[in-house]
Amino acid sequence: MTVLASGGDPAAAPPGEVAAVACEELTYAFGSHTAVDHLNLRIQPGETFGLLGPNGAGKTTTIRMLVTLLKPVSGRVLVFGVDTRSQPMLVRRMIGYVPQLLSADGTLTGRENVLLFARLFDVPRKERPERADAALVAMGLEEAAQRQASTYSGGMIRRLELAQALVNAPRLLVLDEPTVGLDPIARTDVWEYITKLRDEHHMTVLMTTHYMDEADTYCDRLALMHRGHIRASGSPADLKAGLGDDVTLDDVFRHYTGGTLDDDTEKGGIRNVRRSRSTARRLG
Amino acid sequence: MYADPAAPPAASADRPAAISAAGMFTLRKLASRIVTLCWVETCKIRHDRSELYTRAIQPILWLLIYGETFTKIHAIPTPPGVSYLAYLAPGIIGQSALFVAIFYGIQIIWERDAGVLTKLMVTPTPRAALISGKAFAAGVRSVIQAAVVVVLAAILGVALTGNPLKLIATAVVVVLGSAFFSCLSMTIAGLALQRERLMGIGQAITMPLFFSSSALYPVRVMPGWLQALTKANPLSYEVDALRGLLIGTPANMGLDVIVLVAATVAGISAAALLLPRLAKG
Repeated sequence: MTVLASGGDPAAAPPGEVAAVACEELTYAFGSHTAVDHLNLRIQPGETFGLLGPNGAGKTTTIRMLVTLLKPVSGRVLVFGVDTRSQPMLVRRMIGYVPQLLSADGTLTGRENVLLFARLFDVPRKERPERADAALVAMGLEEAAQRQASTYSGGMIRRLELAQALVNAPRLLVLDEPTVGLDPIARTDVWEYITKLRDEHHMTVLMTTHYMDEADTYCDRLALMHRGHIRASGSPADLKAGLGDDVTLDDVFRHYTGGTLDDDTEKGGIRNVRRSRSTARRLG
Repeated sequence: MYADPAAPPAASADRPAAISAAGMFTLRKLASRIVTLCWVETCKIRHDRSELYTRAIQPILWLLIYGETFTKIHAIPTPPGVSYLAYLAPGIIGQSALFVAIFYGIQIIWERDAGVLTKLMVTPTPRAALISGKAFAAGVRSVIQAAVVVVLAAILGVALTGNPLKLIATAVVVVLGSAFFSCLSMTIAGLALQRERLMGIGQAITMPLFFSSSALYPVRVMPGWLQALTKANPLSYEVDALRGLLIGTPANMGLDVIVLVAATVAGISAAALLLPRLAKG
């Protein structure tokens, strides 16, 4: 297996820039159900890329392969040219991952949560306090830093998770439904911070979402995913223009996935994998 | 040298260095992960001390009630010059460490359910290093339990060793013992997947592990079949080492440590193998 896509594979290493993310014929199956089916996808460095699709479309499975939690059945994912299967440790060093579920440790304080990730990403001891505090300040959490995360609101926990991701200065920020279960004010708030992060640190952002308005506002490019395939991709404006005048992203979504979004059953954060897997089975 | 995480995200000039280093997870980094997860454990203990107090009740009961009573009735033969209470104290240290460790898997299931485990698994930490860190973090709690028993025993008039080197060695043995039993617990967690099931299995095996060890009585008074079980029980080796260190009874220290280290390594391997199953749950 090729360790680095530094040569020989034109799809992985085009002249010029290495893609931030390159999925090549990426496939994953749960038993007989193919959740991700020969997926091809390229994300350019610096762009904010949205992966959209109904529940069970394979979004989270794709993300879980990308962040090295699942091994592809076939095909591969490259993150900045590095294969997730052969060099998972190196890929992890480049990624900041915020999973669908609110995942800060409630028994630790905000600052301890961030320091933990500074340690796990081998930030040198001397830099840790400074970097942790800077990340907390950047996410507007300096006041709450000494409180246990169990006292935080949903929006604050999301910001804490962003601070955890930020402390490692990742090149790629992976957000799986970053605003699910948050109230509209917290959603806007979280997006302001994500945008700030992206602009100040020149990060590439990959996110999944159910909210068409968020995708429309914040993403440079989108891919619509359905039943493990990408049905359409492009900038929000191009996708809308392709279907005619006065088209909303909701219309685009319906056009390509043949239906509406499932009811938003994800509020409250039931376990993501199990649920999306059972949803996948139901839809498949 | 490994990848400098402080490097600006856009800087890719240092990639080759990062790549060459990322291939191996050095012992130094393993030690750093273990220290990190032990640090997390001390933070948690600091935020909520209640478990320390509630966990101290059982060993107090064993020493005060069971220990005092059986010392009076001289029912259990002890080595010459050793009171039963002194004989029992190291056994109770082993037991309380076992009780802390055997339910440690619940924490990892809770972390799985809370999404914390997923995020830990996406840091540059190999699974075995994650499990090792957790195992030694369980040891942190157990050492505090052991300290409680040592102090309590002293109050009850049992002269345990005051030799600082032997006390440090005691802590090492306690940490190894709880590292093994917490790995056993995390292995069961990887098989059972649900908190309730793990609770049930934990309850079912704790007492058999305790009674089939030499924690309460010398191996030679046991029936033959139980003696065989005792030899297969790492708790016996832990208690044997603790008695040797704390009350100076003859102990097979070399064998004890080898068995504990081997059991811990086996436990870490098994739990690490099952970790992806748990994370997928």
